[in-house]
Amino acid sequence: MGAEDRAGGGRVIYEVFRQERKGQAFAHAGSLEAPNEAFAEEYAREFYGRRQESEALWVVSRSAVHEIDDFADELERNYHRVDGYSLKAKLKEARERAGTS
Amino acid sequence: MTAREQEFLEYVQSGGQVETADWMPDEYRRLLIKFIEMHGNSELMGVLPEREWILRAPTLQRKLALTAKVQDEAGHSQLIYRVVEDLGKPREQCLEDLISGKSKFHNVFHYPTKTWGDVGIIAWLVDAAAIISQKALLKCSYAPYARIMKKICWEESFHILHGRDVVLTMMLGTDEQRELVQEALNRWWGPLMQFHGNPIPKEEDPMFHWRIKSQGNDEARQQFLDGYVPQIWELGLTVPDPELRKDEETDRWHFGEPDWDELKHVVTGHGPKTQERLELRRLNREETEWVRKIVLAEAA
Amino acid sequence: MPERADALLEIADDELILGWRDSEWTGIAPFLEEDVAFSSIAQNEVGHARALYELAARALETTADELAFDRPPEEYRSAPLVELRRVDWAYTIARHVLYEAADEIRLEALKASPDTDIAGLAAKMDREEAYHRMHAQMWAERLRGEPRFQTALDELWPAAVAVLPAELRPKLAERLQRPLPSNTVLLSLERGNHAAEWPALWEEMTEVRRSVPGGQW
Repeated sequence: MGAEDRAGGGRVIYEVFRQERKGQAFAHAGSLEAPNEAFAEEYAREFYGRRQESEALWVVSRSAVHEIDDFADELERNYHRVDGYSLKAKLKEARERAGTS
Repeated sequence: MTAREQEFLEYVQSGGQVETADWMPDEYRRLLIKFIEMHGNSELMGVLPEREWILRAPTLQRKLALTAKVQDEAGHSQLIYRVVEDLGKPREQCLEDLISGKSKFHNVFHYPTKTWGDVGIIAWLVDAAAIISQKALLKCSYAPYARIMKKICWEESFHILHGRDVVLTMMLGTDEQRELVQEALNRWWGPLMQFHGNPIPKEEDPMFHWRIKSQGNDEARQQFLDGYVPQIWELGLTVPDPELRKDEETDRWHFGEPDWDELKHVVTGHGPKTQERLELRRLNREETEWVRKIVLAEAA
Repeated sequence: MPERADALLEIADDELILGWRDSEWTGIAPFLEEDVAFSSIAQNEVGHARALYELAARALETTADELAFDRPPEEYRSAPLVELRRVDWAYTIARHVLYEAADEIRLEALKASPDTDIAGLAAKMDREEAYHRMHAQMWAERLRGEPRFQTALDELWPAAVAVLPAELRPKLAERLQRPLPSNTVLLSLERGNHAAEWPALWEEMTEVRRSVPGGQW
């Protein structure tokens, strides 16, 4: 996230995630400043639901959201990737053996 | 420019997106804050001409629609100032700079509203001009801003519908009502033509350089004329510009040169309503200071 | 005027005028998040007024807009509480808290009405009002220690009591743990008496509408 948890002056920042339709994932919608959870919920409801445009919302204090954006892949883990499997040559040989090529 | 800044520039110019925590050149951050802050200021000042008409709305439906429109604008300024704050400039500082005249807001919000005709013309055409710029900002290199533009554009589309409905209803009404619309259009046409800014070529516009804006001023204006002049003419309204016509060969609109001096004069704080509205904001801020103090007193 | 329509107009006028007053804060509320939230409350109030006018309009063979805007000022049945002009947030919230408490009691009675239209509408309104009450409660707690808020509550209390018909007033007094004002005090605040601000409010509210009588807007 990188940005300050507290807005200038002490109000707390809350992040709002919204689900647009049943079955869909919750996606980040925006943030707002409120003195506490009760206010944050009221404001989230109005900002992201007053047009009935959201199925549901998650309201989370920014300090509770931890961002991770570094991932280690030092030693080639090709078994996790599609390109780590080359079946073409083996398949050709197996067909020849079975007489089905 | 350092090598890192050059790399960043090439990155955004080839469509790269920037998030809040990413490294960015100081110049980029400075221009971003300036641009986005002006947008936030404009939404906040835009509510002032319109909110008076909420109280005078002549039907319940109009009252609700207009209240919802102004509510959206307050909401937009919230979204926008949040983006500025995450870039490093607190909301309170933005509001102080707006009120002191240090920062600017768009020309159209410096003018008075006189009749219900203005209500229709503003919601229809001023919002239309704005939405053209806003749609182009969906491609802004700074991703948090591009993302809020989606919500803003979606909500603005309701405003244009409302505006058009108000205008159409009046155009189907009495001669007096039609005259209100025409008279309002006559007054708003000048500011509308100035709205997208003077015709600085894209290549010379620092905002375009860093892909904060992805559309030139002239391009935006042409798009506006293309979309809305036919709609204006088909209602039997006249545009107060004898030179306005489309050149079918070049596919471009010709128009009388907008008054760029007026634009400069207005956005630097000398519009007909600038000082009165800034004073209203200042007074309002003073009167409600105690509420914010209490709200800040015990943060969760 | 049919009794039922008259009762509906009282509540409709209350909601319209309170919504009108509350919408004065749109764009200039103490902070932006609250601006959006409070504007929704104002819109709900006008929305309730509209639904109530529509119900009354059927009985009176007119339209909601005509009831809302085309009556002469002395025919409006709004309670003085909602007409008062108080540009201070403490008064706005105090009025909000008191009105919601009175309205809750009024809606309880309406939900039990033998008239299914009225009972149904009251139930719908009450579901929206639940959020208004939550909002009012939140602010009341926040402003509890603020002297000007307490002063505002004390000052507006008699006018709030006068919103309700006589038989429901003791309930309000009990719920808010406040003594009932004397009849002398309440007399000037009864429906039918308008606040000093009323003529100016009516002027502004009907200005555009009256400019083209019978016009479509």
